[in-house]
Amino acid sequence: MTRSLLLVGTTKGAFVFDGDGARRKWSLRGPLCDGWPIHDLQWDPSTRSIYAGGGSVWYGPAVFRSVDLGETWTHSSEGLTYGDDGPKIPTVWNVTPAHGSIFAGVEPAGLFRSDDGGATWRHVEGLREHPSRPGWQPGAGGLICHTIVPHPTDPERMWIAISAVGTFATEDGGTTWEARNRGVLACFAPDPHPETGQCVHKLVMAAGQPDRFYQQNHCGVYRSKDGGHQWEDISAGLVSEFGFVMGAHPRDPATGWVIPLSHPEEGRTAPGGALGVWRTRDGGDSWERHGDGLPQENAFVGVFREAMAVDRLDPVGIFFGTSTGTLYGSVDEGESWSVVAANLPPIWGVEAVVLD
Amino acid sequence: MPTVLLPRSLVSLFPGAPRRCEVEAASVAEAIDRLDEVAPGMRNRLLDAGPSIRRHINVYVDGAPASLATPLGPDSVVHVIPAVSGG
Repeated sequence: MTRSLLLVGTTKGAFVFDGDGARRKWSLRGPLCDGWPIHDLQWDPSTRSIYAGGGSVWYGPAVFRSVDLGETWTHSSEGLTYGDDGPKIPTVWNVTPAHGSIFAGVEPAGLFRSDDGGATWRHVEGLREHPSRPGWQPGAGGLICHTIVPHPTDPERMWIAISAVGTFATEDGGTTWEARNRGVLACFAPDPHPETGQCVHKLVMAAGQPDRFYQQNHCGVYRSKDGGHQWEDISAGLVSEFGFVMGAHPRDPATGWVIPLSHPEEGRTAPGGALGVWRTRDGGDSWERHGDGLPQENAFVGVFREAMAVDRLDPVGIFFGTSTGTLYGSVDEGESWSVVAANLPPIWGVEAVVLD
Repeated sequence: MPTVLLPRSLVSLFPGAPRRCEVEAASVAEAIDRLDEVAPGMRNRLLDAGPSIRRHINVYVDGAPASLATPLGPDSVVHVIPAVSGG
């Protein structure tokens, strides 16, 4: 029998929700990770480990690891540094297991790699050696490497996303990186079509098609059919071009979800106070709004970039958390929603895990 | 030997680590090195790049604000205190 877990990162620690088989009832454990602010949690099926990345205002950045489904944790930041002469790293924004290694995206933007289960880390220097780096500028959340997308079979290939710099890709295991932002608008910049400087908020890979991507950007939703070399705006039909999260279906490469938010200079909350999840079934050619079970008035909440997760069951479960600490879930691919938990701290990250 | 008093939020990250330690050290930097031997990783929690004491960690030696270079005497008492910060 399958068992579902939800891993939730908040401003006041991590939480683990244990679900029943139907994903309707959930019991909460937490706060975990000693109440540290946790941006992102990920499940590594190869070692059955939970990784959590975050940073304490007192004690700096760290990646936590649990090998017993969140009951106990260890942590480390050994090697998670740009050196004594480099910029200080306040926090980890993303942890992603891939091909036996763990990758961490940090602030200020950079990528680290651990080959020993998070015990020690080394800087993937090639990313910050990109010639555009002197011009990198932070978004409102900081200069952050917030998304890491490994190729499913080729360990030499990886995509990462930095706000407000854009998408980069490597095809040589991180030695060299290429900016891949062509076609993505920098609507806030004097030059709206720079090589870098786009504010990507979330990047996801389409199921079974490792050259097909979607991204929610500050300036719209985009798709790419060639590994990010060229992007196409697919925002038409959405209530707003702005949002943070994006989810991809685990089996259907044409299905994905976004949660549009109000204009970035007008609150970045549910438009008109009505919370809705928008789904495409045709790769972004069209969108349909679903709000059944979500508050449709006076809900001026945000949803941060790592706070949506998609599980791999059939029908697919989707879960997202709000800036006001409510965790919502859908077990019918986003058509209807219910509250998993309320009154949590502001939610930064959500991950859905299915244990066989 | 100097005595180091550690905050609850720090020792909770290191199961079994004591709140109060006696360390053989002639400076705050050496005391933190000794703490890292008792609880591997504690140095990274207290020090940032530089190395420097993390911005929101306050260290006092015998009641006076201290730096990594502050000398310790055999009877010194070192307080490590998280800043009153955050929300």
